[in-house]
Amino acid sequence: MSSIAKESKDIIICQDVHKWFDRLHVLKGINLTVKQGEVLVIFGPSGSGKSTFIRTINRLEEHQRGTIIVDGIELTHDVRNIHAIRTEIGMVFQSFNLFPHLTVLQNISLAPMWVRKWSRDKAEQIATDLLKRVGIPEQAHKYPAQLSGGQQQRVAIARALAMQPKIMLFDEPTSALDPEMIKEVLDVMTELAKSGMTMLCVTHEMGFANAVAHRMVFFDQGQLIEQGTPQQIFENPQQERTKMFLSQILH
Amino acid sequence: MTTTAETIGPPRTSVGALGWLKRNLFSPWYNALLSLISVWLIYSVGGQTVQWALTARWEVITSNLRLFMVGSFPPDQVWRVWLVVTLASLLAGMSGGIGGRTARNIVFSLAASFGLFGVLSLAGGGYEWHFANVLAIGAGYLLTRGRAQWGRWVALAWLLAFFLTLFILYGIEKNEWLPLIGTDRWGGLLLTFLLSIVGIVFSFPLGVLLALGRRSRMPMISLFSTLYIEIVRGVPLVTVLFIAQIMVPLFLPEEMRLDRIMRAMAGVTLFAAAYMAENVRGGLQAVPSGQVEAAHALGLSDTLVTVFIVLPQALRVVIPPIVSLFIGLFKDTTLVAIVGLLDLLAVGKSVLAQPEFLGLQKEVYVFVAGVFFIFCYVMSYASYRLEIALGVGKR
Repeated sequence: MSSIAKESKDIIICQDVHKWFDRLHVLKGINLTVKQGEVLVIFGPSGSGKSTFIRTINRLEEHQRGTIIVDGIELTHDVRNIHAIRTEIGMVFQSFNLFPHLTVLQNISLAPMWVRKWSRDKAEQIATDLLKRVGIPEQAHKYPAQLSGGQQQRVAIARALAMQPKIMLFDEPTSALDPEMIKEVLDVMTELAKSGMTMLCVTHEMGFANAVAHRMVFFDQGQLIEQGTPQQIFENPQQERTKMFLSQILH
Repeated sequence: MTTTAETIGPPRTSVGALGWLKRNLFSPWYNALLSLISVWLIYSVGGQTVQWALTARWEVITSNLRLFMVGSFPPDQVWRVWLVVTLASLLAGMSGGIGGRTARNIVFSLAASFGLFGVLSLAGGGYEWHFANVLAIGAGYLLTRGRAQWGRWVALAWLLAFFLTLFILYGIEKNEWLPLIGTDRWGGLLLTFLLSIVGIVFSFPLGVLLALGRRSRMPMISLFSTLYIEIVRGVPLVTVLFIAQIMVPLFLPEEMRLDRIMRAMAGVTLFAAAYMAENVRGGLQAVPSGQVEAAHALGLSDTLVTVFIVLPQALRVVIPPIVSLFIGLFKDTTLVAIVGLLDLLAVGKSVLAQPEFLGLQKEVYVFVAGVFFIFCYVMSYASYRLEIALGVGKR
């Protein structure tokens, strides 16, 4: 685990973030600050609001109270701000969400061409380089349905990275994968973490968390219950609920 | 010692053609009975049909062929229709060169048909255009074969040809070479085709816009789209055609008089657009929300998400219902006869009113039905193959 410089700037600042689905209170006042280059692992039982929380950061979900400031821009109803922030944040989903009607190369180069306005040559060059980085350069002209789950998720990571984002969000990236494919995705994520990318990962891969996370954050019932370094969380959790949850998933 | 499982061939299930017959047609006993009854039915019905077809008085078709094809389009100007057909042949050939096996099959069948018609009319004359069409198809095919990257240019050429066609047929006022031919002279298969093609070409974008409008977050747009779709779907096409003929001129200023055929085209288009919208909406609902989320997360705007992610997937799903709609539209154009236009079916009726062809209903209606069937079947076949071809990128 690499350490993160103290003077690194705060790239995500969340203050008192609340969110309701109709009358259901799913986020109950989250306060969290993330430094540039930090790798955060967010874990907790299902329904604890951890996925909803990271989705508020690129406004796939709208928060109804509190403030979220990403890279100096506050998330409001202003559409330009939302687009500006989404351009700087990459996201990887549990169900990959690759575009089935486009080839791998088109999946990756679409947004760089139409959002960043790069030339086709430049976008495809970047896409080719990223496919090499995630280890599947030979799949460029296939369709997503022709790839394995692990390969699809690696394409999804490449697609997010092609926009050259400052932050990457991972929403349970390995939960839909067969066991033998989890490692190939975690290897790519580990390499990315070591390259200094700011990462927020919702995951239950505790081995991955222990190896690369700077900080672990435990969510339960819409609240941020506890946070600390992997060492603190694994060896000396402070809250009963954290202990309970860890004992359940670590056996 | 290791043993490897021995691979053996599959059990022999059939012993030649006789085995197949025995297994599929004659066992058990009730299957044999069904087979015999079927053979008897095919023989008696088919035999009579063939007998009738051989003795029918087809001269009612051959001597009125021009009427059936172009209605009362001036005979000395029919070359304009032929020119359009040749243009379409050239483009069809080009599409055949680019497209897969299906496009090739369709285009080759077209060329073979023109060739056959050409040979048949060798004696009577007028074969030149038929052979010109065969040549046009061949030239187009050779021009684009192996050049798939020209695809979008050929598509653009089809669109341009559509407007060029309207121009060639309509002509220019007080022009020696291309005199104006009022749309009231357009008739027969030509009119049926023009009504359907105009209906298809314009109802498609209109329907897509209405479908998107109905799902719009802006309440007024959504309300008006929904109102339009529901009102038009709640009214028979005949009513829409009457409204277009009689009511629309009352609302338009004096100098904006649309002629009867344009009014019918508008009626057909506006009617089809409402159904198109509902089909497309079905496709839009089939696109998973994760697709839109992933596209938004990449920073794509709502417009770009719709154009690049949602519509391509939505339209792919609804190819079969859209083609059904087109086939229905093609056949429904016969209803324009009610407002006094002479489409293929109406020409048939007017031919039957001629004294020398009285009582030849069978010949005329079988011919008209055959023409409709051929074009509908081609559309159906093309859409079926298109579905398979587009299945490549499916989930």
